[in-house]
Amino acid sequence: MRMRRRTIVTIMILSLLILSSLPAQVAIKGETVYTMSGAPITNGVVLIKGNKIERVGPASQVQIPNGYKILSGKVVTPGLVDAHSVVGLAGMLNQTHDQMQLEKSEPMQPELRAIDAYNAREALVEWLRNMGVTTLHTGHGPGALASGTTIVVKTVGGTINEALIDSGMVAFTLGESVSQNFRSPGTSAKSVAMIRTEFLKTQDYLKRKGNKDPEKRPAIDLKMEMLARVLSGQTKVLFTTQKETDIMSALRLAKEFGFKMVLDGAAEAYLVMEEIKKAGIPVILHPTMVRPGGDTRNVSMETAAALQKKGIPFAIQSGYEGYVPKTRLVLYEAAIAASNGLSFQEALASITIGAARIIGVDKRVGSLEPGKDGDVAVFDGDPFEYTSHVCGVIVNGQVVSEICR
Amino acid sequence: MHQRRLWTFLFLIIGTSLAFAQEVPQAFRGATVYPIDGEPIQDGTLIVQGGKVVALGKTGSVAVPSNAVIHDVKGKVLMPGLVDTHSHIGDGSGGDRSNALHPDVRILDAIDVRSKGFRKALAGGITTVNVMPGSGHLMSGQTAYLKIRPANTIYDMLFCSDPVNGICGGMKMANGTNSIGEKPFPGTRAKSAALVRQLFLKAQDYQAKVKAAAGNPDKMPKRELEMEALVQVLEGKRVVHHHTHRHDDIMTVLRLAKEFGFRVVLQHVSEAWKVAKEIAEAGVPASIILIDSPGGKLEATDIRNENGVELEKAGALVGFHTDDGITDSRLFLRMAALAVRAGMSRAKALEGMTIAGAKMLDLGNRVGSLAPGKDADFLVLSGDPFSVYTHVEQTWVEGNKMFDRGNPEDHEMAVGGYDVFRRSLYLDACEGGAE
Repeated sequence: MRMRRRTIVTIMILSLLILSSLPAQVAIKGETVYTMSGAPITNGVVLIKGNKIERVGPASQVQIPNGYKILSGKVVTPGLVDAHSVVGLAGMLNQTHDQMQLEKSEPMQPELRAIDAYNAREALVEWLRNMGVTTLHTGHGPGALASGTTIVVKTVGGTINEALIDSGMVAFTLGESVSQNFRSPGTSAKSVAMIRTEFLKTQDYLKRKGNKDPEKRPAIDLKMEMLARVLSGQTKVLFTTQKETDIMSALRLAKEFGFKMVLDGAAEAYLVMEEIKKAGIPVILHPTMVRPGGDTRNVSMETAAALQKKGIPFAIQSGYEGYVPKTRLVLYEAAIAASNGLSFQEALASITIGAARIIGVDKRVGSLEPGKDGDVAVFDGDPFEYTSHVCGVIVNGQVVSEICR
Repeated sequence: MHQRRLWTFLFLIIGTSLAFAQEVPQAFRGATVYPIDGEPIQDGTLIVQGGKVVALGKTGSVAVPSNAVIHDVKGKVLMPGLVDTHSHIGDGSGGDRSNALHPDVRILDAIDVRSKGFRKALAGGITTVNVMPGSGHLMSGQTAYLKIRPANTIYDMLFCSDPVNGICGGMKMANGTNSIGEKPFPGTRAKSAALVRQLFLKAQDYQAKVKAAAGNPDKMPKRELEMEALVQVLEGKRVVHHHTHRHDDIMTVLRLAKEFGFRVVLQHVSEAWKVAKEIAEAGVPASIILIDSPGGKLEATDIRNENGVELEKAGALVGFHTDDGITDSRLFLRMAALAVRAGMSRAKALEGMTIAGAKMLDLGNRVGSLAPGKDADFLVLSGDPFSVYTHVEQTWVEGNKMFDRGNPEDHEMAVGGYDVFRRSLYLDACEGGAE
């Protein structure tokens, strides 16, 4: 008898071990599933096997195989994509030791890498994840002519290696904040002159680097190498500008040096939509609720709707916060855009597939399609309603939150 | 010259419309009315006249005066104007950091009634506001309770009738790391409490001398502005509005209030969820703020949106505040909605936006609910107060329409745009920086 019981216990433990080592298998049922790759599905099912989406379709056509963990909710969406944040470099405490998003020793340091500063275990990363954000474009912040690089991460993992999914861009800024952080540049015109000078130096560096005589080639310069990547189009510029004059300067610089660019912030974009559209530049728009002060004093909650109408690709970001709250939530920011002229689906796109496209990771995330990453958010109502909750979050096929928040 | 003429003209118009509102009754018919101190009324009618609520009830059961102007508000939601217990609109200032305690400083001496902040507040449905002197002091000065009426000077906005000797607001205090700094500021929490206790002991002494003088001018102590204001606090006539975040700092406030017997409203109260029972047992009201993420400063790392529900469960009086520019006055309703998201009841959240705040400012008899005799301050909402898709369509103050989203200029005030918040050629009206 005793032997038999021990055998049963052993078998149970062994089978548990085998089950837990199998790839994650999750089925998410939603009264409405917004796939963002087609029309919403009523009574839909999303199957995830391992870390990828296996099937998506109406419950009538998609059978949930045995052994799948089942989550269900009123509304199911792709995991949210925050198109621009500094979380992970900037921490919750707002003390010197956890604010790594801006180096103030020099105004132009594009060579500073976000991978060398991202803290995957930062409490704010968990905060964003629990509120449905599964992909985060984060890194060096606004406030320097060139502050360093950005990265695209998943909001899971204990190290940068586990979190990283793409290399990101280089963060540039034109605006008041640069003059506040550095003795020079003190003006907008000086800022532009300094950026132009560095790009001219880079062009010269590249010329010297191409010299047939290795002796005459310059020593490797990290700053020049990064700007060279920008000039060659390997790395995009994430250009933070708010005022119309600075937006126009950014457009002019991109044209002069032929670099690829995404406009960031762009509080006064509504004044120069024709120019932005003609240049074919996408916009990662400021948080809808950003405070109207300083460079953002002319901000409007209706800009997202205006960009949509104009046909300019855009995403909505959580942005950078220097004080309280230390980060915003793209879910809430898109919600306010949805109540100010943007349709529900357009607002959802601005924090899912639209955002993924602009930050260059739409092959992996942003919509619910077979073969894409198993990143899903589950809600108990309209995701944008203040009183709805995020009730489930799945990243890379792993259920990371099942508490309604 | 032109501008001055324009202003005169504008004030004539406002004056005329005010007189108009005084005379003719107005009926708002067909809306869902939240009176706050009673059950919601489906298809209700609200009658206002002379700046006051005259009657309200089910449409048909309320007599509409034959000369009344009728407003069809079918499908809309009517609720009292919101009460913000802690804001920094009006471009005011307070204590000047020359020392840590400034009970003599009045913010009413420094408020710009033309600041765009007031129009932003109206766009968010705020009609009554406690404007506080800025942060960073143990005691940064006297606050001002304001009604956002058409105003040419500060006198047009005050609730009190005597701005010099009357009680026109509360007393702003703070503890925790907010008021810690280099000398003459305290360096620790215990020193903060000691400085406050020492000052209140001095005020008790002054109060005793005044009492002993028994009205005899020869025996009265020399007039001291600081002491006079603190005696009002000790007598319970002037309420202390206390910035406090951490659970231990909250307990310090309750201890000081008990020792000196002053009336206090806890403001911010980030860790209220840890000491909700103690707050309720002390009978002290709490005005909370909800933000989109914790942190940004050490004291707010443990803030929870569950503060509302925890205080409600404990039985404390709960209000809300914008702390504008920390949060935007135009989105004040959002805060109560987020409290509901975290478990607070709809009824208590609505009270928190209105009557609870009014009580915290000793204005519960004037504002905060729709009842005959109370001020005709109310909002016309496009839908449920807690829906993100709902807009404040109109804001009425004492029977005057002060905000109308249908009016292009007011619409801009609600959503923003080019030069909307520009105050003058010289100065931008950017609220913020305060806490």
